[in-house]
Amino acid sequence: MQFELSTLIPVLPEIFILSAACLVLVVDLFLKEEQRVISYGITQASLLLAIGITAVTATGETQVVFDGSVIRDTMSDVLKIAIFIITAGAFLYAKDYLRDRDIFKGEFYVLGLFTVLGMMVMVSANTFLTIYLGLELLTLSMYALVAFNRDSVIGSEAAMKYFVLGALASGMLLYGISMIYGATGSIEFSAVSQGLANPEANKMVLIFGLVFVVIGLAFKFGAVPFHMWVPDVYHGAPTAVTLFIGSTPKIAAFALAMRMLVDGMGTLHGDWQGMLVILAILSMGIGNVVAIAQANIKRMLAYSTISHVGFILLGILAGTSKGYTAAMFYSIVYALMALGGFGIVMLLSRRGFEAENLEDYKGLNERSPWFAAMMLLLMFSMAGVPPTVGFFAKMFVLEAVVSVDMTWLALVGVFFSIIGAFYYLRIVKLMYFDKPVDDTPLTAGLDAQVVLSVNGLSMLALGMFPASLLSVCAAAFS
Amino acid sequence: MFADWPILSLIIWLPIIGGILVLASGDNAANATRWTALVIAILTFVVSLPLYSSFDPTTSDMQFVERASWIPLFNIEYYLGVDGISMPLIILTTFITVFVIIAGWEVIQYKPSHYMAAFLIMEGVMVGVFCALDAMLFYVFWEAMLIPMFLIIGVWGGPNRVYATIKFFLYTFFGSVFMLVALIYMYFQSGSFDILAFHDLKLGLNEQILIFIAFLLAFAVKVPMWPVHTWLPDAHVEAPTGGSVILAAIMLKIGGYGFLRFSLPITPNASNELDWLIILMSLIAVVYIGFVTLVQQDMKKLIAYSSIAHMGFVTLGFFIAFMIMNNSETQGGAILGLEGGMVQMVSHGFISAAMFLCVGVLYDRMHSRQINDYGGVINTMPLFGAFMVFFAMANAGLPGTSGFVGEFMVILASFRADVWFAVLAATTLIISAAYTLWMVKRVVFGKVANNNVATLEDINNREFFVLGSLALAVLVLGLWPAPLVEVMDVSIENLLKHIAVSKL
Repeated sequence: MQFELSTLIPVLPEIFILSAACLVLVVDLFLKEEQRVISYGITQASLLLAIGITAVTATGETQVVFDGSVIRDTMSDVLKIAIFIITAGAFLYAKDYLRDRDIFKGEFYVLGLFTVLGMMVMVSANTFLTIYLGLELLTLSMYALVAFNRDSVIGSEAAMKYFVLGALASGMLLYGISMIYGATGSIEFSAVSQGLANPEANKMVLIFGLVFVVIGLAFKFGAVPFHMWVPDVYHGAPTAVTLFIGSTPKIAAFALAMRMLVDGMGTLHGDWQGMLVILAILSMGIGNVVAIAQANIKRMLAYSTISHVGFILLGILAGTSKGYTAAMFYSIVYALMALGGFGIVMLLSRRGFEAENLEDYKGLNERSPWFAAMMLLLMFSMAGVPPTVGFFAKMFVLEAVVSVDMTWLALVGVFFSIIGAFYYLRIVKLMYFDKPVDDTPLTAGLDAQVVLSVNGLSMLALGMFPASLLSVCAAAFS
Repeated sequence: MFADWPILSLIIWLPIIGGILVLASGDNAANATRWTALVIAILTFVVSLPLYSSFDPTTSDMQFVERASWIPLFNIEYYLGVDGISMPLIILTTFITVFVIIAGWEVIQYKPSHYMAAFLIMEGVMVGVFCALDAMLFYVFWEAMLIPMFLIIGVWGGPNRVYATIKFFLYTFFGSVFMLVALIYMYFQSGSFDILAFHDLKLGLNEQILIFIAFLLAFAVKVPMWPVHTWLPDAHVEAPTGGSVILAAIMLKIGGYGFLRFSLPITPNASNELDWLIILMSLIAVVYIGFVTLVQQDMKKLIAYSSIAHMGFVTLGFFIAFMIMNNSETQGGAILGLEGGMVQMVSHGFISAAMFLCVGVLYDRMHSRQINDYGGVINTMPLFGAFMVFFAMANAGLPGTSGFVGEFMVILASFRADVWFAVLAATTLIISAAYTLWMVKRVVFGKVANNNVATLEDINNREFFVLGSLALAVLVLGLWPAPLVEVMDVSIENLLKHIAVSKL
């Protein structure tokens, strides 16, 4: 193999983020406590620059480099840019929260950037091994982030639980990959795909491997019945971290599914479709029903995530390019909704007070009409009520399912979304119809307010003009 | 001269953008906010008038059409247009909204800018429902309606408002999501969301029946038909006066409109198969709900139940058409039923709005809706008493008022289907007279019941203007319904052609 400098161009965004993470790590060593904002600044600047680099180096064509380990295509570019933007938003929301809790440390940003790097590797992976490396980089950084507030007992417990279950899931995934390697003799997706087409491949071993891969995938998605970690981790982690975990990794999980199931094992579509149907129905059902019983908003949003994952899976299992487009649209929209939802949770918290209980949202409209209006948009978007974008995300997915003659599955989906509407409405009810119990004025930095406004209004704007984002997603599968 | 203007977009977006401006203006200068809202509402009404004056009643084609691509990947369009069925309902919407704004003038002291904005946005969205010709656009408007109404009932409503508004939201949401799946299904059959293309779609009988049921869930909840009507009394009782007016006068009509635009022309064979079901449900609404109305103690609840009974006439008129067509060769009776249903919708829009406004007038003064708390109101409020009696007569279907025309047409049509239908339907003339007049007797007439009633003041100029305008509308439509019937005539005939052709 000959090394050529030009092969580095497609992976320039990854190299850049890696350098930025190292830079933050080193610079942070020399910073005094009150200068910590510099680490934050470098992180945000590098995320913004990374958007530019990705856009500039994008060719619109599929490039495979490093002996087939890494792929760069339109889907990866779009997903990476979405990850950068949403991560930048998450860090922005998190700044004041971290500072109020004395955990405004450079390590948060180092770990955050490594998480982003892990996601980028996953998004661009072209072999099972690359995708596994990306996944481990992502999850290892996540474990540390969940336990970031090291004095918090509940946070440590959550991290421990996440670690043990996560390691188990990684093991399953790896086991599945080894089976598939055994059956096809390759770990590269295109080669695996060809190997599967070979009638002599051992179908038994393949399906066995597929089951383990799907389990690993379902765990990373947080799909029922592999969802047990989600509520505990969301609840235990500092809200700033929950915000981060709840948003972008869903985009990465979508990429994980696309690369492994569609690129790698597209010919086994008939086999994994049935598995995803079960996962999707259980996720939508249990996620929506159990969310009703939650009194803690972080746990409620965790169960709501589970139900949204069910919808994302619906788009993937349809197995058509419109279905993939719909699922991608859904993942990005979901990440934006989660960003805003947890963002509000964080903005309502202050030093020594976590706005975690549903009660804390009572009378928000009296305390801050603007925050309440943004939360209203986010909640209706999550419930899937037009004219917010959440509706179109659901509709495109349903359309994909109906197109493959699974109308019954669409009916199941809409049925559970009615149940889901109830707990989102309850938040609106608390904000608008109840009297406030807590009259402390709400303060938030101007930057957080602006981002929240953009975040909330984007629900409406994307809902009025969904074609803009949709065509970007569709370009990835044309 | 207005034919080339994007007049429909203007009627949709003027109040929505105006509503956002009102919302942004805040509550610091509440009076200026109220005036702005009123000006926007009146302006919208004025803008909607050319729909009538420039309307061509000789064609059943869609008019004032606007068409632009919206979501090209799924072939979803921003496609607007009106025919004789939707045009009167749009003007009804813009007309009623003006009075709703005026009716909330002094009563609403809590965040008036939000209140006015909610109604203006609602107006635009409701007009959108009536003129959308793309099914997905229709669905977006249809669902978007829920958000302002949810807030109106929940924020400005009565003591039990939270229960009522969540029930309202979930009921209607439940009904409509299945329609969404049906619409998506038809998209794959026809390749677009164009409603007019759906009208020409060939569908098997089983498919039609399933689609029909999906539509029925959506529209029956909205109308509301027995047995899915239970959200309506709760919502009406808790809603502020303006909310009740919009609910009764326009939102219920959207359900009826849905039957005409979707169920009948898209699934005529299924409608023909299942017409007995709808007729049965309608007759139960007319007779059984009529008796339920009789025992109500709460005036708003009474009018809410009477709305259900009156809307039963609308659905009866629509579906009796199938029986008439099966019984006879002529289509005259079928047209009579459909037109009767339409006239009844418009007329009920005026009458129910007026009745709720009357109750609102009393409630603002006494803060009670219980019939027992009143008595002898006419002694202290003679002007108001006259209006209330007039509207009560109209509600009971007295000849000369608009309430009579629609009911009479539907009863006539029922005769052609089956004498017994007509007999049952005609009982409404007795029952509705009984409950409305009995209420009026207890509230308006008699001796002054208590000190509170003795100190009542008669209606002021603002209230007089509102009730007077509606009284005029009821009277004009009752004495001379021809202008309304003429504009819808050709469209109804065209609809009947679609119904008569098998879509199998």
